[in-house]
Amino acid sequence: MNFWLVLAVNSITFGGLLFLLSSGFSLIFGLMRIPNLTHGSLFMVGAYVGVTFVLGIRGFQFNFWIAAILATLTVAAIGALSERFLLRRLPGDQLAQVLVTLGLSFMAADLCLMIWGGDPISVPTPAELEGFVRFGVLVFPAYRFAIIVIAVIFAVALWLLLDRTRLGAMIRAGVDDPDMARVVGIRVSQLFTIVFALGAGLAAFAGIIGGPILSVYPGLDQDMLPLALVVVILGGTGSLLGSFVGSIVVGFIYNFGQALLPELAYFVLFLPMLLVLLLRPQGLFGRHVP
Amino acid sequence: MNVRFFNLTVAFVALVTLPYWMHGIYYINVASQILFYAIFALGLNVLVGYAGLVSLGHAGLFGVTAYATGYMLQLGFGHPVALLVALVISLLSMAIFAALSLRSTGIGFIMITLALGEILWGLAYRWISLTGGDNGLSLKTRPEPFGYSLSDVNTFYYATLIIFLLSLAAMTVFVRSPFGAALMGTRDQPRRMNALGYHVWAIRFWACMFSGLLTSVSAILFVYYTQFISPQTLALTSSAEVLLMVISGGAGTLLGPIVGATLVVAVKTVVSGYIERWNFLLGAIFVAIVILMPEGLVPGTARLWRLAWRRRAGALPGTAEAKP
Repeated sequence: MNFWLVLAVNSITFGGLLFLLSSGFSLIFGLMRIPNLTHGSLFMVGAYVGVTFVLGIRGFQFNFWIAAILATLTVAAIGALSERFLLRRLPGDQLAQVLVTLGLSFMAADLCLMIWGGDPISVPTPAELEGFVRFGVLVFPAYRFAIIVIAVIFAVALWLLLDRTRLGAMIRAGVDDPDMARVVGIRVSQLFTIVFALGAGLAAFAGIIGGPILSVYPGLDQDMLPLALVVVILGGTGSLLGSFVGSIVVGFIYNFGQALLPELAYFVLFLPMLLVLLLRPQGLFGRHVP
Repeated sequence: MNVRFFNLTVAFVALVTLPYWMHGIYYINVASQILFYAIFALGLNVLVGYAGLVSLGHAGLFGVTAYATGYMLQLGFGHPVALLVALVISLLSMAIFAALSLRSTGIGFIMITLALGEILWGLAYRWISLTGGDNGLSLKTRPEPFGYSLSDVNTFYYATLIIFLLSLAAMTVFVRSPFGAALMGTRDQPRRMNALGYHVWAIRFWACMFSGLLTSVSAILFVYYTQFISPQTLALTSSAEVLLMVISGGAGTLLGPIVGATLVVAVKTVVSGYIERWNFLLGAIFVAIVILMPEGLVPGTARLWRLAWRRRAGALPGTAEAKP
């Protein structure tokens, strides 16, 4: 297969993972008005917990997808607990909340290093997706194709959740005007916990299904968090469409940057961010400047 | 002679005579570290404390200066040229950094500085032909200004002390100047300052430049001290360490960041002798300080002390009355 086509497929796959990661980040930001600096850690913890289930506990190995779901639920619970017992104690003090998430991310990184060690762990690709998919003359690795499909399914599901359900309407109301939402009887602080758990779960899910491509290693959190930040700065906060478009753009820039200018891969990301900040500080699809 | 003046005089004399009563090269080196990190914390405090803008990317700027110095020396330039070029490059980077991050304030400012800092880290890590990647850059020599060799531990300490005192003096002048007052005005009431005819953006921009200057100065001392620089210096943990110095000592106070720098460097030095888990402790201290003592250790302890004092003073007549 042609070099450019491989690169494009990889970019879209990576964009799909980024979408799962950054949609939660963007929702949390939209609702709670804080960048959740533990988001990279949640991605990494999800991958570590997932791979532990996949490789087996006491000889009992889980199916990849069951492991992914278990990791997602575990991390969603961790997210909900940290919101409920730490961030909730600092209502309205956004700076303090950001600093708490920063402190938690350091603690999480060090704990992972302590538990899983410093060597990268590779995650086996699920057996049923090891081959290739053919479309006429084009051939794609099945697993990467599956990630793209999963990301699209999640994008549609999230859109339906936000746009068509009562919970989604409440979240949108909270994003637009938290005070007014409270006045009409929506329990916004309960929404915080739900959205935090949802975002944490999405990040963990992205972490484990990204495992066969990225593998799991200490510092994975530091690699992913800036990407999520750039996606949200590009796409605008609290906007699902923004995260989607931002993720694809960042996926392409990052992958092409890595292939063509490996030394400057991180720096190339800076250029679209610079343009957006100069021309449209609220982000491409954002409604308010953060 | 009031108490504050007395305390400051004692502290000053203690600092000047430190190599005479502190025995052991190791401890004098730790003191030098505390001093240059205190300059860094003073620089960040200009933004965090006086401008109300929290930067999580300052380690990136710190790294730019350190790498620029190291790279110029590696190219074979002398120390004066290397320092001059490093300062110019750092101030230019700070100007770009400020122009971008001042598109926003509050949480937006944090996000943009964080992203910029991480990008600088990524650059240092990946741009191997310039920075040496993970292997870092080593410096062969320390300079010898006016014939004093900074390779000597005591001389290096005194050079750092002089620059530290100059920075502290600059900081004092800055805080008491009309510009300092205007900056605090933009922190508390940006709209009113705007209505009064102040150019809020320009005031913040120049505050960023002042902060960047102090950061670069401390980075130059750092790179001469360690004679080595690696991407780890630019990592988010480094930005967080300096921020911890500022907020633990008390943001927006003149002496707070110095106390904070002393605490953080001392704890880090002691702890890393026993366990490897400094990052875990750093995170835990962050969470604990933010939740328990949000105004910082110095004002926080002062508040608790006053509270205890008042309670004791108030309790004494109370107990006297209770007795029959």
